[in-house]
Amino acid sequence: MLRLEEVTKKYPHRQKEVYALQRVTAAITPGEYVAVVGPSGSGKSTLLLMLGGMLSPTEGRVILDGHSLYELDTRSLAAYRCKKLGFVFQTFNLVPYLTALENVQIPLYLSGLAEKAQEKKATALLEKVGLGDRLDHKPSELSIGQQQRVALARMLANDPPLILADEPTGNLDPETSKGVLDFLGTLHREGKTIVMVTHDMRAAARAGRMIRLAAGSIDECRAGKPDA
Amino acid sequence: MRLRTLVGREILERKSQLATSFLSILLGISVIVSVQNILHYSEKAVAAELDTLGANILILPKSATLQDYYSSDLQGESFPEEYVTRLTSSDLQGLDNLSPKLSMPIEADGKKFILTGILPKNEFQAKAAWQGAGIFSRPAAGCGAVVPRIPGQQPQLPVKETLTRKRVIDTLEENQVLVGADVAASLKLMEGSSFAFKGMNSGVVAVLPPTGTIDDSRVFAHLHAVQKLAGKEGQINAIEVVGCCEQISLGLVQKLNKLLPEAKVVTVTQIVDTQIRTNRMMKRLSLLFLGIVILIGGAGIANYMYANVYERRKEIGTLMALGAEPGLILRIFLTKALWLGLAGGLGGFVLGSALALGLGPSIVGISVLPMPMLLAWAVGIALLITLVASYFPARWAALLEPAVALRED
Repeated sequence: MLRLEEVTKKYPHRQKEVYALQRVTAAITPGEYVAVVGPSGSGKSTLLLMLGGMLSPTEGRVILDGHSLYELDTRSLAAYRCKKLGFVFQTFNLVPYLTALENVQIPLYLSGLAEKAQEKKATALLEKVGLGDRLDHKPSELSIGQQQRVALARMLANDPPLILADEPTGNLDPETSKGVLDFLGTLHREGKTIVMVTHDMRAAARAGRMIRLAAGSIDECRAGKPDA
Repeated sequence: MRLRTLVGREILERKSQLATSFLSILLGISVIVSVQNILHYSEKAVAAELDTLGANILILPKSATLQDYYSSDLQGESFPEEYVTRLTSSDLQGLDNLSPKLSMPIEADGKKFILTGILPKNEFQAKAAWQGAGIFSRPAAGCGAVVPRIPGQQPQLPVKETLTRKRVIDTLEENQVLVGADVAASLKLMEGSSFAFKGMNSGVVAVLPPTGTIDDSRVFAHLHAVQKLAGKEGQINAIEVVGCCEQISLGLVQKLNKLLPEAKVVTVTQIVDTQIRTNRMMKRLSLLFLGIVILIGGAGIANYMYANVYERRKEIGTLMALGAEPGLILRIFLTKALWLGLAGGLGGFVLGSALALGLGPSIVGISVLPMPMLLAWAVGIALLITLVASYFPARWAALLEPAVALRED
């Protein structure tokens, strides 16, 4: 269970305080597929980063399995990101000087897996996303869709129970977008918890629940059409 | 995937940016290695030249003065030749070119001169107790070790030059003399002439070149012959010592006074001061170069590392989002700095040694040999520069908040 309790995030900006999130309370149960929608600047990405243990709230708590996430020490927080969390970025965030295989190896290396085992598992993951013949390609040598698939393989490396996706289809053509959403749907059916930030209402409609943010607060929370 | 893969791949990806930093550290270290190398051999050359100024420590009878020594008015007092044994058998460091002497006045053709008894090198070697280290050759380090000469440039000095400059000659028979320039001019003596004084008839081995000192009015004979003539067998009235100036500044004179309490030990201040001043100047020059290289090299590396961290903020954020701890981010940048330092130090040593070997002879007129000890020194300095200069940029990277880093484009 992942829970936000009265979470507020504010930034100082030209001697004023700007609120990214205001007293947000929400709960995400294991195995849920949640879409977070809202206009630009509504606090969607802030919420996602906060769930990912990458941005501490100014007030309130983020609770994971009964523990306050931001009261963990740096090492435990890093371990949480490494083993329990898979992050999908809008711009894929592949390391440009590493090959597809090496990019997928990063989370495995960070979790302490031996080099040979890393290679074996990363190869299997890339084969799973249909890039078994692109292991030695650098991101610049791959198409946009292929890059997103490498990012998805990397996200799955440590088999995380929670997947946070920030506009996963934002940079993709419709066909590739569909492929990515189908992939996320499959992961959901396999039991993963997914929280996806998106502008795309068709993508959001695939989620089991939709949270709409406006000006840093939850405006609406309703059940969507569960992904089939 | 290992730490070295992450670091190595990034270096290869952005090698053109790294090349500038590597070049700055390489050139900095090579300059410092070549300067150190040339300075080392210059110091030796200068030390050897300073030796030619003559003795810088005098051991005289207790009541004698420096004035007495320079006027050769020491005939009244003497001390046992055994003092030389005490010196050679002691463990004192920095004693060089001991030259025991006995001086007495003589008359020849109605003119007054000084007859000075000296002990040739072969006499020293004949006495087992006098074969201590550092008598006729300087100790190896810090005090003017043997300077390699450019072949053919500075031939071995003849006997008379050696005596004039080094206060040492190889051989001298008891019926042979060397005469100062004034004596030779006054008595019309030349090499091979015969010279009679106090009932002795000796052959002139050499006429010494003019020095402008009291030596020009001296006649040098074998110490034992002079001792017999003066009726002072086993006695001398001065020991000239070329002492290592570093050891003098470390209290050599006090140690000599302790060893020979019955004698007076004085330093020839001008000579010692010149030696100490020259050494100090060279060390300061070397430190100045070191300071400049550390400042410029350090600033260059720090600038490069800050730019590198700034450029890689998104990558750092991604690594943290994937579970990297701040310690790993710190290690990534410090490993890169370590490699840069190792490569810069090694390359700088090779290039610097080559520069020193090439430029040394034309700059200071002596041949320069590579100094392996400078390798550790070069790598150490390069590592110090790169690691210290990279620490703060690396720490900045490690402390970046992942969310902030991810939002940067």
